[in-house]
This record gives sequence, structure tokens and C-alpha cells, in this order.
Amino acid sequence: MTRKFYINTALLILTILAPFIFPVWKTQLATLWLFIIVALTWDMTGGQMGYNSLGNIFFYGTGMYVCAIIAIGMYFPFGEWTDASRSETWKFTDSQYFTGLILGSLGAGVFCALCAYILGGLFFGLRGPYFAIGTLGLAIATGEIVSNIDWLGGGQGVSMPIYNGDFETFKNIIYYLFAGLGVSLFIFLNWFYKTRFGAAINAIRDDEEKAEAMGIHTLRYKLITWSISAFFIGVAGAISAFQLIHFEPLETAYQTINLGIFMVVCVLLGGKGTLWGPVIGAFMFHVFKEVTWNYFLGWQWVALGALIVVIVVFFQDGLMGYLQTRFPEWFGIKVVDKDEKEIIAEPAE
Amino acid sequence: MSSIIEIAGVSKSFGGVKANTDISLTVEEGGITGLIGPNGSGKTTLFNSIVGYHPIDGGSIKFEGQEISKLLVPEIARLGLLRTFQQTRIYSAMNCMENMLISIPHRKLTLRDAFRKNTVEDNEKAEHLLEFVGLSEKRFLRAGSLSFGQQKLLEFAMALMNEPTVLLLDEPTAGINPTLINGLIDRLLRANSEFGITLFIIEHNMRVIMNMAEEIYCLAHGELLASGSPAEIQNDQRVVDAYLGAH
Repeated sequence: MTRKFYINTALLILTILAPFIFPVWKTQLATLWLFIIVALTWDMTGGQMGYNSLGNIFFYGTGMYVCAIIAIGMYFPFGEWTDASRSETWKFTDSQYFTGLILGSLGAGVFCALCAYILGGLFFGLRGPYFAIGTLGLAIATGEIVSNIDWLGGGQGVSMPIYNGDFETFKNIIYYLFAGLGVSLFIFLNWFYKTRFGAAINAIRDDEEKAEAMGIHTLRYKLITWSISAFFIGVAGAISAFQLIHFEPLETAYQTINLGIFMVVCVLLGGKGTLWGPVIGAFMFHVFKEVTWNYFLGWQWVALGALIVVIVVFFQDGLMGYLQTRFPEWFGIKVVDKDEKEIIAEPAE
Repeated sequence: MSSIIEIAGVSKSFGGVKANTDISLTVEEGGITGLIGPNGSGKTTLFNSIVGYHPIDGGSIKFEGQEISKLLVPEIARLGLLRTFQQTRIYSAMNCMENMLISIPHRKLTLRDAFRKNTVEDNEKAEHLLEFVGLSEKRFLRAGSLSFGQQKLLEFAMALMNEPTVLLLDEPTAGINPTLINGLIDRLLRANSEFGITLFIIEHNMRVIMNMAEEIYCLAHGELLASGSPAEIQNDQRVVDAYLGAH
């Protein structure tokens, strides 16, 4: 039983009890988990693999729509459901609601993973800033296209089924879905980054040309990593769709300038390419956002802009990166002693 | 001995610059072959053509009898034909052991294997090879914090970790201090004799290449100027002229 074990157990218990300890903050806590999930998934490609995507929000939005189509389409004709002139009201029974929620979320995840696998073949030909801009274009274009398809509700968006029980239970369900997804993702990544696969994507980040010259299946690893990341964002989008009850394409689903940028800021704040960085970053960002949005309303975007400028200029490696440079021994990283100039490696006879 | 790499009539030009014109040469299996030539004579271009870094304009490149001129870089590397870079390339944010462990032979690695952790044997092999190049004490240091010479040794150890059949070395001794060069030559010879790796080396240091190689090819202005044993090359007036700029 190590110290690490106790800390992790304590955090897990806190996660489970949080909605009862802080009943007023249930929604904020659920949103915190959403931020943790999108930050962790963004870091899979951005921090660990060196591919800074600005379009991961595409999977979030697509997850919402796919989930809606499955959850609603299983029991009612989707086209009529989204039709603005619909006059009759359809109610979901509990079993319909929950099967829709579960199958819709899983379907959204699988569909997004598939999208990433196919789109990856196209976008991984782009490197550095071109990949970032290319993926950003994908997210913006998809939002615009979706908002023009009537069958998908057009610019009005889609109204999701409503839970029949009381509102507090509903909030608890949403919180536990997000928390469960986030914890699973964290446990998965904790294992994933220790495998050869994790080392391979780190190698791609450090020097992709070298990785290719060493025979690493670079494209295969990139596609799979992005697909896994897309799966989790897709599921998170699906849960968000149920949480928000109503969503529309440009401001909610494909919200490029909100969540699409927030996830990057979270990672930059916490530290790229570390396991805990995105989690801590998401927490710090969420607190910052709640405080500015509540107490400095009107100035919140200015504050956010200032925060981004400060991070990019002064703390490029984020909190974890700063700690790693400052106290490398905490992380088991060894660097050459400052006084030791150059050591000539003598041949071992 | 049979030839393991056969290059026949390879040409490559970049716009109007003819980097390689109709070059034919062979690399003997199990031997050490040298490639020399003045700066800009097309040595690295030829290496890049062999490993599939860019498509060639004409000619054929065969590795173990298989045509490889249409294959991609990772595919060729997985066949067992590996190269090191003139500007040393290592994974700078990872430590030496991690650099070594990700260099395991990928031709044997299935997707299922990739989802596993490294085995004890992998670790032992990595430590053994780091000891072989004299970097054992630095194995948990970040590769990026090593000196240039040490990074070169690490890159060489990574190449050995990959268990290649043929290793193409682009100026292995460039930028390394003289003390380290002797150690490196020793390692290269041992890699050839103990591990049975065929070496094909670009080298500017005549003392090094003349002592190591059994067969040397000399390029000048993108064309094959001369070939033969080190003694023949040293006494070839055309080679001397090319290096002194009379050509």
C-alpha cells in the first residue's frame, strides 16, 4: 500500500461522494468532468503525439447528433421529431430513455472513432500548424453543414428526450455518467501511456521522421490514438446532449470557440504530455471560468484572453511542465548536473 | 559472399540539379562498404534513395533480391535496412532507455504486442547495448540532454537494438571528438563481426574509412567516379583530383 494508492483511493471516494457533499454544485462538477475528459483526450494527440488538433470539438458535436439520432430514432421517426411544425408530443418511458441513453452514447463513441480513423488518413498528411488549421476547418465546416440539414433540425438543433423522474436524480445521473467516463479514461490512459504503444506515440512527437526510419508503424499508431480519443469525446458529447436537453449546431454542438478552445487551454494550463497535467489544468480552468463568468461578467472573455496570453508567454509547459523543470527528481527525471560539462563516454573494453 | 544491396542505374534530380546520375553499385553481405566523395557529390541523396525517403527518377534498387525503390520508409526499415542520420536524430524528450526500448524490431511487432509493456528481455537487451556503446551510466538521462557525441552513440545503439540486416551510416564520426572516434570505430567493427550486420558507411574521415572498409565507392558530381579496395582508391588519381577540386 503506497502513498499513491491512498491518494488515488481518497480521490475516487471524493468523486463518488461529491454530489452529496456539494449538492448545489452538481452541474458545475459534471462540467468539470467534461473538461477533464476533453482535456485528457486532447492531450492524447496534442501532448503525447505532437499533433495539435483544434478540431476535436468535431467529435463532440458529432457525438451529440449521432446520439440523438440513435436515442430518438430507435422509438420515433427522427425526421418528424425534428420537424419544426410537429404538433403532437411524444414522451419517452423510462426504459426507452435509458436504452436510448446507453446505446446512443456507445453508438456516438463508435461512430466518432470510425470518423477519426477515416479522417485521420486525410489529416495526418498535414504536420504542425497545418494539422491544427485543417482540423479547425473540419469542425467549422461540419457545424455549418449540419445547421443547414433540415432532417437534423437545421439551425434550431435537436431537443432530446426528457427524463421522467425528479430533477435532482437527473443531475446525479449526468454527474455519474461524466465521472464514470472520466475515471475510466484516466485509468485507461494510465495503462496506455506505459505500453509500447504509448512510447511509440511519444517517439512520433519527438521526431516523426526518425520514427519512420526506425520502422515504427507511424500512421497506424496515429490513427488508432486519434480514434480512441474520438471515442471518448464522442461519448462525452452524447452525455452532454442528454444533459443540455436541447442543443443547436453552432453554439452548442460544434462550439469551436468555446469548448473547442477551452480543452486546449486546460491542457496548456496543466502541462502538455503528462497524465495529471490535463486533469489539474481542467480543474484550474474551471475554477477560473466559474469565478470570472460569475463575478466579472462582461469582462470574462477579456480575462480568458489575458489568461491564454500569460500561459503562452510565461508558462509554455504548464503547471506540471514547470514543476518538472523545477523539481525533476519528484518525477524521477534525471538531467545532467549543471557543473558537469561534457562527459566523454569511454569505450568499454 | 553475395551482394545484399544491388543498385543499378539510379538517377535522381532536384529540379535542374542532378544529384545522382546513373549510379550502379553493390554492397556485399556481411562486409563493410564505404561511400566517399566531396561535399555535394550526392552521397546522402543516394542513401535517401535507398531507404525510400524520396522516389527515384530511374533505375532499380534491390535489397536481398527484392525491388525496394517503390516502398515507403517504414516498410524498408521493417525489412531490416536501417539508416542513421547525418544530423543525429534521437527522441529528445524521452530518456535513453525509452529511446532504446521503442527501437525494438518493429517487423516482429504485431498490434497486440504494441498494447503490451516491454518484456524483461527487452530491458536487458537495451541495457546491454547501452553498456556496449558506453552509455550505461546515462541510461535514465533525457536523451536531449546528452552531448552530440553521446547522442550519436545512442543513435547507433538504437540502430543495433532494431536488429537490422544492413545498417547505412551517414557520417558516423562527424562532429565527434577524436577520443570518441576510436571507440566508435571499435564498436562499428564489432557490430559487423559479432552481430553480423552489413555496414554501408558514408565517411569523410579518410583514416577511418580506409581502415574499415573492404570496398569503397567514390562519388563526384553525382556520378560514380571510382570503386575498389582502399589501396586502389587511395592511389586513384581521379579520386585525389576530385577531392582537391581539379575535377
